[in-house]
Amino acid sequence: MSRTTDPAPAAPPVRLAHGAVAIGGRPVLRDVDLTVEPGDFLALMGANGSGKSTLVKALTGLRPLSAGRLELFGTPLEDFRDWSRVGFVPQRTGATAGVPASLWEVVAAGRLSRRKLLRPLSRADRRAIDEAIDVVGLSHKKRDGVATLSGGQQQRTLIARALAGEPDLFVLDEPTAGVDLPNQEALAGTLRTLKERGATVVLVAHELGPMAPLVDRAVVMRDGRKAYDGPALTDHAVHDPVFGGHAGHHVPAVGRDHLPHVASPLDPSPLDPQEGRR
Amino acid sequence: MSSLDLLAQPFMQRALIAAVVTGLAAPVVGTYLVQRRLSLMGDGLGHVAVTGVAIGLLTGTSPTWAAVVVALLGAVLIEIIRERGNTSGDLALALLFYGGLAGGVLLTGIGGQSAARLQEYLFGSITTIGVGDLVATMALAALVVVVGIGLSPQLFAVAQDQEFARVAGLRVRAYNVLVAALAAVSVSVAMRTVGLLLVSALMIIPVATSQQVSSTFRTTLYGAMGLGVVASLCGLVVAALAPADVPVAAGPAIVMVALACFLVTWPLGAWMRRVRRLRMPFPAEGPDEHLPVEEHHDALPHDHEHGKDCGHVAVEHGDHVDYLHDGHRHAVHHDSGVTHYDEH
Repeated sequence: MSRTTDPAPAAPPVRLAHGAVAIGGRPVLRDVDLTVEPGDFLALMGANGSGKSTLVKALTGLRPLSAGRLELFGTPLEDFRDWSRVGFVPQRTGATAGVPASLWEVVAAGRLSRRKLLRPLSRADRRAIDEAIDVVGLSHKKRDGVATLSGGQQQRTLIARALAGEPDLFVLDEPTAGVDLPNQEALAGTLRTLKERGATVVLVAHELGPMAPLVDRAVVMRDGRKAYDGPALTDHAVHDPVFGGHAGHHVPAVGRDHLPHVASPLDPSPLDPQEGRR
Repeated sequence: MSSLDLLAQPFMQRALIAAVVTGLAAPVVGTYLVQRRLSLMGDGLGHVAVTGVAIGLLTGTSPTWAAVVVALLGAVLIEIIRERGNTSGDLALALLFYGGLAGGVLLTGIGGQSAARLQEYLFGSITTIGVGDLVATMALAALVVVVGIGLSPQLFAVAQDQEFARVAGLRVRAYNVLVAALAAVSVSVAMRTVGLLLVSALMIIPVATSQQVSSTFRTTLYGAMGLGVVASLCGLVVAALAPADVPVAAGPAIVMVALACFLVTWPLGAWMRRVRRLRMPFPAEGPDEHLPVEEHHDALPHDHEHGKDCGHVAVEHGDHVDYLHDGHRHAVHHDSGVTHYDEH
């Protein structure tokens, strides 16, 4: 959903220069340069543990950079306040919580980046929420609890939540993981709609499946560095040993080896996104 | 004294007011705590507040306000530990809780106060509440309700999905501390009603009850507030009307009524969840995963047609509906004008 009245020459939605991320003191991402131009449909790919999810978390400010410089829409991350321009779709585990919530309520949370404190929903808010639910094709489930939806429907709910904020840049972390094929196709249909509206999309994917025809640029991560940046690749090519597939000389990491597993109660968490911030 | 006379007594009226405002406020925070899967946080803050009460008794200041201050400090500390810590954060919280309880009992002893005095705060003593404490309780409860409902869109989003909330530009840490602070205030509010050791019950049980039968956050929240008021009032009245030779304490009575509500609703919730699970759509297979034709099975001939009123559960399956029939999944298939059922 791009704005029709964008301020003059559009700054790239994302510009990362020499980005590095360390988790618990261990360097995970090193020297990553990435510029995403307006209208790009970019797939971040790579094996498990290659750093693609960490990169996405760095791009959204969830993980601080230990070195390098990140600009969103031409503004350095430290000064960036226009978060309604960024629509983030985290991994699906975030759809449910300890208390029931309806699909509509979850999607309505996506409107918060545009709402002022203590104001009721405006008519424009309601329209955006309904439209977002409509785009992902779940209007008939609006009042249902999210916990009662299938995995694919929950994923579509999270995309609707990002859509409701009417952002210019969509960042999706593994939107198709554990989603059945028809729901993957529904997701791809939604993403196609976004692409046609001129949105910029960055998505992390292990495999592209039905989204493959939409992707016009692929970035392949390998062991925390960028191994490829260019035209879209097939799923098969990504797992080529050149890009750090399992045929490489490195033994594939089991689980998330860059996280220490033992800690005492008051140690800072290696998962803590605030850590390392001044 | 007849029961009506009893209810007309000033101390009883103060108790009734305290019960209503406590029952209204405690579940508001409880809802956000349950949503963040921190059901026991109220319990922990209750333990920490014991030290506050003891400090109040020791220094001769108001135990209520001392409890508010200490519980607030505890809440901020818990939030810091939670944010900086990891999975073993619960261990650090446990240390804090026991420290709070032990410190409180120790200080009370040093101050020369009797155990009975502390017990008023540990298990509640709603009928001895004075006018000053009542006003404080009402003000704090009003604060909790206004903030908890006024900021509900933000608090909901943060409790539902922290990562998303952060990328939406919400100040997640500030809201987390706010919820913890509201919990601390609620603890102090409920202290005189149900007591510090049972505070968490009034925050959590109404939410647990309410969510048995609701599928939206909004109805869960308001339902929990309603149930909190009902439980507080019923518990207090039961305690007041109990025969003179059976001493019934109001605090535990309130908690038992709340639990009774949960026990009544739980089977209903379990049944509704079972029905929902039955109706959960079957994963649809992709077009290239269709079974080869020879593997299609016809269902046995039917004496009725599946439909809205056939009594069999209808479950979505891709673009059609399967009917659950004696452990089989029957899908309608129209073949040259003849209707039969395929096994799916």
